[in-house]
Amino acid sequence: MSVDTETVRRIARLARIRISDEELKPLARELSAILQWVEQLNEVDTENVPPMTSVEEDMPMKKRKDIVTDGDCVEDILANAPAREGNFFVVPKVVE
Amino acid sequence: MDAPVTEIIDTRTPNEKNFIEGATGPWEVIIGMEIHAQVLSKAKLFSGASAEFGGEPNTHVSLVDAAMPGMLPVINEFCVEQAVRTGLGLNAKINLYSVFDRKNYFYPDLPQGYQISQYKQPIVGEGTVYIEVDGETIPVGIERLHLEQDAGKSIHDQHPDYSYVDLNRAGVALMEIVTKPDMRSAEEAKAFVSKLRTILRYLGTCDGNMEQGSLRADINVSVRRPGGPFGTRCEIKNVNSIRFIGQAIEYEAQRQIDILESGGTVEQETRLFDPKKGETRSMRSKEEAHDYRYFPDPDLLPLKLDAEWVEQIRATLPELPDAKKARFIEQYGLTPYDASVLVADKAAADFFEEVAKGRDGKAAANWVINELFGRLRKDGLSIEQSPVSADQLGKIIDLVKKGDISGRTAKELFDIVWTEGGDPEKIVEERGMKQVTDLSAIEKVVDEVIAANPDKVEQAKKKPNVAGWFVGQVMKATQGKANPKAVNDLVRKKLGIS
Repeated sequence: MSVDTETVRRIARLARIRISDEELKPLARELSAILQWVEQLNEVDTENVPPMTSVEEDMPMKKRKDIVTDGDCVEDILANAPAREGNFFVVPKVVE
Repeated sequence: MDAPVTEIIDTRTPNEKNFIEGATGPWEVIIGMEIHAQVLSKAKLFSGASAEFGGEPNTHVSLVDAAMPGMLPVINEFCVEQAVRTGLGLNAKINLYSVFDRKNYFYPDLPQGYQISQYKQPIVGEGTVYIEVDGETIPVGIERLHLEQDAGKSIHDQHPDYSYVDLNRAGVALMEIVTKPDMRSAEEAKAFVSKLRTILRYLGTCDGNMEQGSLRADINVSVRRPGGPFGTRCEIKNVNSIRFIGQAIEYEAQRQIDILESGGTVEQETRLFDPKKGETRSMRSKEEAHDYRYFPDPDLLPLKLDAEWVEQIRATLPELPDAKKARFIEQYGLTPYDASVLVADKAAADFFEEVAKGRDGKAAANWVINELFGRLRKDGLSIEQSPVSADQLGKIIDLVKKGDISGRTAKELFDIVWTEGGDPEKIVEERGMKQVTDLSAIEKVVDEVIAANPDKVEQAKKKPNVAGWFVGQVMKATQGKANPKAVNDLVRKKLGIS
């Protein structure tokens, strides 16, 4: 499977990464190479092998109690906000 | 629709009653829904911040919810329990092994850049909810229920060029409940959401408050020729009242029919319902549809449940609406209609049972449904706010049963208790509302009325129903306090009418 420049443009947009037109071709080539390498892995027969989503599958998931232990730290939350108004984050207008 | 696509099976037989008549013949509407129900919990799904509605902006936010680097999600076990409890209440399969995935998209109110959700392996599988429409019981299939995080809130109307973001809701636990496309009319869709809300409230897993957004529906609507192949569907996003659900479906079905009848094709797209205009409008087409690039969240291990723990939760389930309704019919001899009216709200059902305790169930149901509910509705009160307690209403019913007061006086008494409060028995004593059951006293009045109206007595001999006039006169003379049955019996006896 190979990736064309249009696909690269689309993936970049989905990931909100800005790339220039000059970068499209080299990136398409690199991504294609990666995919080809992944395709090689497809040669291994994985029928009846469940996908492993974690290396610690036998460990029980850590859980918390339903108790409010956090929050009320507006200043920390907003500390890195490029813009704020009162306790709100302010961002460029986004209306879908 | 975000869930993995499964094969659609038509479970229903087309029913003419649901057809929409078009210019070129009848059409049938097919409806499936995704309901987002906010889990009732104190803290959020993966952080210790408060899940409470409202609060000053960005105060119910932890560094986890704000997606600060290095923060890790830790699941709230009560939210898991609530999802399991809901699954059990929907007669659904509980998956002892489920996986959390990342659903990737960018939006300012989603600081992580992804929503933690469940994709291929949700915590709850297939189930069934039974709805009732026009006396017919219809099973609506549940496809799945999964746990996911809510996003924050963007506010667009505070500034011309900027949007404001409040993350208080970001990370609050939601249950997404997906139905099969089993509904065939706006009525059925509304009945489904009402029923689901009732079940969630009985279970205590979601407060069902649609105005606050605790329960909201995405509706998939398509039309087809009755029994024919399914048409292309449109998804109407985030409808937040049962009335709007009905309006949105009716508008959308008609819109699609109009397109098809004028030779066009329905485009698969996401639409928004505008309650002010009562119409749906395009939000994004299939080409612009999101590509969420789901993958298992590496920050979270698979969620494994203990079968015994699930059984423990099952053992604590309350009596659910369907079972309660069946019991009300059986135990109190109620009509199915009255029973379903009472069980629609758990508090109302509990109130009824308190009134019915040791009394005639049918009489109790009549009073609760007709007098109490009517008055509550008129005054805009909930059952919890009722000025008349179950005990007071029970006493009023007892007074009627004993023959102390007539049905008409009972309504006056109800009104007095409603506005002034007090003990019904005392009120009846103190205000002389007791009806006269002393036969000799009634007989005296009957004799007087007969003696004063010899012409009517003559008439009554030819036309027995003139007796009714005498009954009326006696009731008037006793200011309605005479027992009507006793009066009727005496009048007929005296006039020689059997």
